[in-house]
Amino acid sequence: MTEPAKNSPTPHRLDDPVEVERYARLLAEAARNRGVSPAREAWQRLRRNRIAIGALGFLGLLALAAIFTPLLPLQSPIQTATEKSFEPPKAWPLFVETPEIAPDAQPGDATMQAGEAPWIEKQFGQLGAVSRWLVKTRAWLFGRKSLNSLCGRDELGRDLLARLVWGARVSLMAGLVGALVSLIIGVSYGAISGYIGGWVDNLMMRIVDVLYSVPFIFIVIYINTILSSDKTQLWLERYGISRITVFYIIIGAVYWLTMARVVRGQVLSLKHEQFVDAARTIGAGRMRIIFRHIVPNALSVVIVYLTLTIPRVMLFEAFLSFMGLGVQAPDVSWGLLANAGFRVITPIKIFWWLFVFPAAAIGMTLFALNFLGDGLRDALDPRLKNK
Amino acid sequence: MIWFIAKRLLWMVITIWVVFTVSFLLMHAAPGGPFDRERKLTPEVKANIERRYDLDKPLPVQYFHEMFRDLHGDFGYSYNLGDFSVNQIIAAGLPRSATLGILALVFAVTLGFCAGVVSAVRRGGLLDFTLMSLATIGIALPSFVIAGMAIIAFVFVWPIFPAAGFGSLRQAILPSLCLGAPFAAEIARLVRTGMLDVLGQDYIRTAYAKGLPTRTVILRHAMKGAVLPLVSYLGPTIVDILTGSTIIEQIFAIPGLGYHFVQSALNRDYTLAMGVVLFYTVLLCSINVVVDIVYTVLDPRVKVE
Repeated sequence: MTEPAKNSPTPHRLDDPVEVERYARLLAEAARNRGVSPAREAWQRLRRNRIAIGALGFLGLLALAAIFTPLLPLQSPIQTATEKSFEPPKAWPLFVETPEIAPDAQPGDATMQAGEAPWIEKQFGQLGAVSRWLVKTRAWLFGRKSLNSLCGRDELGRDLLARLVWGARVSLMAGLVGALVSLIIGVSYGAISGYIGGWVDNLMMRIVDVLYSVPFIFIVIYINTILSSDKTQLWLERYGISRITVFYIIIGAVYWLTMARVVRGQVLSLKHEQFVDAARTIGAGRMRIIFRHIVPNALSVVIVYLTLTIPRVMLFEAFLSFMGLGVQAPDVSWGLLANAGFRVITPIKIFWWLFVFPAAAIGMTLFALNFLGDGLRDALDPRLKNK
Repeated sequence: MIWFIAKRLLWMVITIWVVFTVSFLLMHAAPGGPFDRERKLTPEVKANIERRYDLDKPLPVQYFHEMFRDLHGDFGYSYNLGDFSVNQIIAAGLPRSATLGILALVFAVTLGFCAGVVSAVRRGGLLDFTLMSLATIGIALPSFVIAGMAIIAFVFVWPIFPAAGFGSLRQAILPSLCLGAPFAAEIARLVRTGMLDVLGQDYIRTAYAKGLPTRTVILRHAMKGAVLPLVSYLGPTIVDILTGSTIIEQIFAIPGLGYHFVQSALNRDYTLAMGVVLFYTVLLCSINVVVDIVYTVLDPRVKVE
């Protein structure tokens, strides 16, 4: 690359076509030499990890299915059909007519416009506005067609596939909200403790030590017992909080301890960096330095721990629901379904599908999350850089 | 060292106190006293009973009474199981849970250690791949899934084990296998990493150079180094196995501590639930203290503050 100033006495004359061409070349070269951001580099490393990408794809599909559940051509998750009790999985024909769903829906039908359609509530329970709209769109898209009971039916003749997909919403939500809660508490706690230092840090970390030896499974079960009583529920409803939200938050609140320790460690090593001094010099406040300057720099570690926390929270939810202490009917979650399936394993007849499918759903999701977490750790770990 | 132990014990006391206070307050925040049952008591009878059990006193008085009683190791009576005090229920449940836990631990350590060493020695081979895939499955799958599959397979399809209950060795095998499986998987991964670290060290090369056979090098020289990470993993594992056994006890209907705890939560049996919570807290804290002390003895690099 040659310095333009040395070769031509008037380097800024852009009417000279030779000069213009040279500038264009220089610009093109500069564009090619653009630096790679750490996030991009990490993504490139992750992309080479086939297993992690497979896991990411699986989770993406699952998340889509969970978000757009009402749009999918599934049977009703709550409508009972006792004459079809314990029907084994059936894949042929792939689609069946379900007259109860969209009984009077035709393209451009009045039900699409009208706000109320009583069959929605009967078939799908209490839904929010968006979900109701999705159900109506589904009726418009697929009519009365819905997938046959690919995963069999339970003792009340409800379609297991539909229940699994509806349960995915609760299970995934538990994982996400729980991890988010642990993220918020853990990052703020760890960052503040590490940045302030001194006796505050000492005290805050001793509290974490104390909490580490508390048997949280038992405490959570204990709190849940109290939450599930009628009086508490009335009290919560008055404030517009549903029980399941509180449940999500509680299970998330258990898993912030490790996050806090990890973040604190990162902050300790970052807080004497020059950019922190620079921020302080220009008069940035404590909280601004912590949350705008230090935390973003600790983000890669936080992301790795977050992806490892999600499966743990989901496992905890499944564990509690399996024992009948977590999600309560009419909500469904995978743990609850696995428990329902487990209870009908009897010496006389094994309705294997009722246990195997929910168990597989839990197992595969946790698998994918674990693989993705491992892959992310490898991709984001700076020690593995350029290897 | 004594100072260190004293400090740990002090923190232990604080932890137990915090747990006690929180569970006491929760218990009293919970609606429905022990005598709010389907059959209504006459107000006079109820008042008498409440006076007998201090329920009419102000909360701080109840708090200190309760603390005093719990300090003497008396957790009161179960709300639900007639004729039994909480202490009796714990005393009956603990041996079963402990047996289950010890069997699971023995199984997890034996299997995990062997699998880890073998896959480290056969690094990159088919055996290594198979074992490590199994370990990943074991870590990711929840124990109740493993237990359910095991019951379908070994109780109903191929009936070699009884489905439930506790007492004979045959009844104990399946639950302890299911309880130990995830820990075996984790130990296997841990030991494999440790072994690989050790196998790359100079003194292993020296041992080979001396002309020692592979078996001696592995068994006498390398394995010692792989044990250390395992030891530091065992402390938390003991705790996890204890708490993890709740769900296994549910599945196999073993009337151990965890089983009683879940039942008490389902039945709103607050005294029993609180007793078990406190008991577990004391147990876990003591295990943690012991493990910390063992660390400092085993590995002098761990700094005594």
